[in-house]
Amino acid sequence: MTDEPLLRVSALSKFYGSRVGCENVTFDLWPGEVLAVVGESGSGKTTLLNCLSTRLLPSSGTASYRMRDGQWRELYRMSEAERRFLMRTDWGFVHQNPADGLRMTVSAGANVGERLMAVGDRHYGRIRATAVDWLSRVEIDEDRIDDEPRAFSGGMRQRLQIARNLVTSPRLVFMDEPTGGLDVSVQARLLDLLRGLVTDLGLAAIVVTHDLAVARLLSQRMMVMKDGRVVESGLTDRVLDDPRAPYTQLLVSSILQV
Amino acid sequence: MATPLVVSDVAKSFTMHLRDGITLPVVAGVSFSIRAGECAVLGGPSGAGKSSILKMLYGNYAVDEGQIIVQHGSGLIDLASASPRTVLSVRRHTIGYVSQFLRTVPRVSALDVVAEPLVERGEDRESARTRARALLAQLNLPEKLWALPPATFSGGEQQRVNIARGFITEHPILLLDEPTASLDAKNRDVVVELIAAKKAAGVALLGIFHDVDVREAVADRVIDVTAFAAGKIAA
Amino acid sequence: MTDIATYNFAYLDEQTKRMIRRAILKGIAIPGYQVPFASREMPMPYGWGTGGVQVTASIIGPDDVLKVIDQGADDTTNAVSIRAFFKKVANVAVTTETAKATIIQTRHRIPEHPLNADQVLVFQVPIPEPLRFLEPRETETRKMHALEEYGLMHVKLYEDIARHGRIATTYAYPVKVEGRYVMDPSPTPKFDNPKMHRSPALQLFGAGREKRIYAVPPFTDVVSLDFEDHPFEVQTFDQPCALCGAGNVYLDEVILDDHGGHMFVCSDTDHCEKRRADGHHGHLAPETHLALEAKEPAE
Repeated sequence: MTDEPLLRVSALSKFYGSRVGCENVTFDLWPGEVLAVVGESGSGKTTLLNCLSTRLLPSSGTASYRMRDGQWRELYRMSEAERRFLMRTDWGFVHQNPADGLRMTVSAGANVGERLMAVGDRHYGRIRATAVDWLSRVEIDEDRIDDEPRAFSGGMRQRLQIARNLVTSPRLVFMDEPTGGLDVSVQARLLDLLRGLVTDLGLAAIVVTHDLAVARLLSQRMMVMKDGRVVESGLTDRVLDDPRAPYTQLLVSSILQV
Repeated sequence: MATPLVVSDVAKSFTMHLRDGITLPVVAGVSFSIRAGECAVLGGPSGAGKSSILKMLYGNYAVDEGQIIVQHGSGLIDLASASPRTVLSVRRHTIGYVSQFLRTVPRVSALDVVAEPLVERGEDRESARTRARALLAQLNLPEKLWALPPATFSGGEQQRVNIARGFITEHPILLLDEPTASLDAKNRDVVVELIAAKKAAGVALLGIFHDVDVREAVADRVIDVTAFAAGKIAA
Repeated sequence: MTDIATYNFAYLDEQTKRMIRRAILKGIAIPGYQVPFASREMPMPYGWGTGGVQVTASIIGPDDVLKVIDQGADDTTNAVSIRAFFKKVANVAVTTETAKATIIQTRHRIPEHPLNADQVLVFQVPIPEPLRFLEPRETETRKMHALEEYGLMHVKLYEDIARHGRIATTYAYPVKVEGRYVMDPSPTPKFDNPKMHRSPALQLFGAGREKRIYAVPPFTDVVSLDFEDHPFEVQTFDQPCALCGAGNVYLDEVILDDHGGHMFVCSDTDHCEKRRADGHHGHLAPETHLALEAKEPAE
């Protein structure tokens, strides 16, 4: 067992002109650890996620990632080819809107198989068998494998997106409001599924959400953001049960009790 | 005998930013230690800070001052200043916690809820389930409930699942937050037996028990929390 | 004499031809890579071969012999009009015989007669981007080519097998050129894909509307994409050409009447005629008996 982090983020900032996207964010993420980033719209959490996943380049700061061979690489110094390779092998990105992360006009099976083909798998039977396996892991019936996601419900689409991301056994998954826009009952099922997958696969994940219940269920650690800055961070249950920053207290006290 | 948990001069207060930043002191100068094989009970009236102390020992509440020294693996660590990652490791390997209420997870069966702490510690799922079955049977949870998610269980049933989940591991330190609150006499006796077994196994236990019978049955000594009342100095 | 004086040689002005030649040279230097070029308005609508015509116009010289085919045929509108165009604006010799041509402009076929190193094949291309139907963003497809990210191409083939039990793509079948760029061979039937592989002739591709030129230099590897368990296969026909009896050629279905009567004949008309002139006969050849009777006594 290695006791090294997977991702090291140091003083990361992103400015849009004079406007702050996120400012001076520093943290380490360990293998198998789920970090929730919470805050309201405009708090900079999505900017942070986009910077970390190299979809956006930060204005300053560094982020290093420990590759599968154990080598540390600075994300923003990697070539685009390397970053894109990382994105479709060792990383996943789950979008809030499944349509952003899926190919809506190709079948569910092809959506799951695409990453395998992208890394050079050229055996149709094997690709399909893997797709069947993953569809069942995200609780999609095998007989839907040749249907296009257009014919799927929102919850199914989201589960398909998750399968599509996990098929290459990534070590780090970025999630942007993975349960946003879903019915409450569908959310619960998805959360439970995600929780199981994350535990079984030992995934590290960074989950952006405004929903504290999602953060509590999925994450061990959380960061609370406001106006682009991290106002509080720590163990998820500690932050939620004993919030210290004024903003976190406001956030926690704003939850509707059911 | 070893002393796996030493608490010294711990203080805790809540600052309520939403109420003009007023500070509510909870406890101060909390100092005690628990030996292996001993069951200590936090005593004092409601609101004295018993639960807060337990939560600090579990890393669930932040600590303002003082140290919480825990024998973790082969070394000593201060839980009061430990990183989240260390706290998680302590929870996995050293300190167990039986809360008052079960936080239910949708769609996970009672059996797996109980087995989960063992699986997390690397035990294979089937042997973990075997242990879980034994515990649930000992706690008289009807077998037909084992495969169901506990969300719809009665308070007492949920509490028994919670107790089984807390007692299944072999954590050297076990924190008990009113584990018998909603149990009938028969099951209270089972919990007393379980605690006795833990003591015999050399586990250091610290608990809150409002039930006098249980408290008298398990407590080796009572730590009076009113002695740590933070308000005392201020008032 | 002729009225060629009203046009510059081969219609395009010299600067335009130089620009297109530079694009062609770049295409040859990077086999399979789509080179953008400043496509001109031509005196014919898009879709009628404006890309191919510009390429041909840029490489043709007074001594060239031009052949133009459309789906293999020399006598369809597109082929006839382009041939007439170059006859008029370049005053070049034209032919329908594959072996005699130095430049063959084609819409969607490669002649059956093997090409040689002195010939250039110019393809008319409607949509040069093989990734287009799965990835609509040009910025993204360019990046995918640059980074050699071609998994998406197999997604398309996967879809075929999932839906039809086999790779059902029969034309514009994607190929990998010299182990690097994935290329759309234009909507030629996949039957012709093997002819592109290590062909001694230079193959040039022009897409006028999409403003792209690409090339396969002589003796370049052109490999059709496939799966290990679903290997690339060309179409096969269970009967020979009804007119010339040729097997192993690409056939077109011709409807004969309103009662379901039909026959399969060579799509390459020149090839078919040559074979018939050489005495080969299919079972529906009208002059079968005549030819037999005429020839037999002579032998």
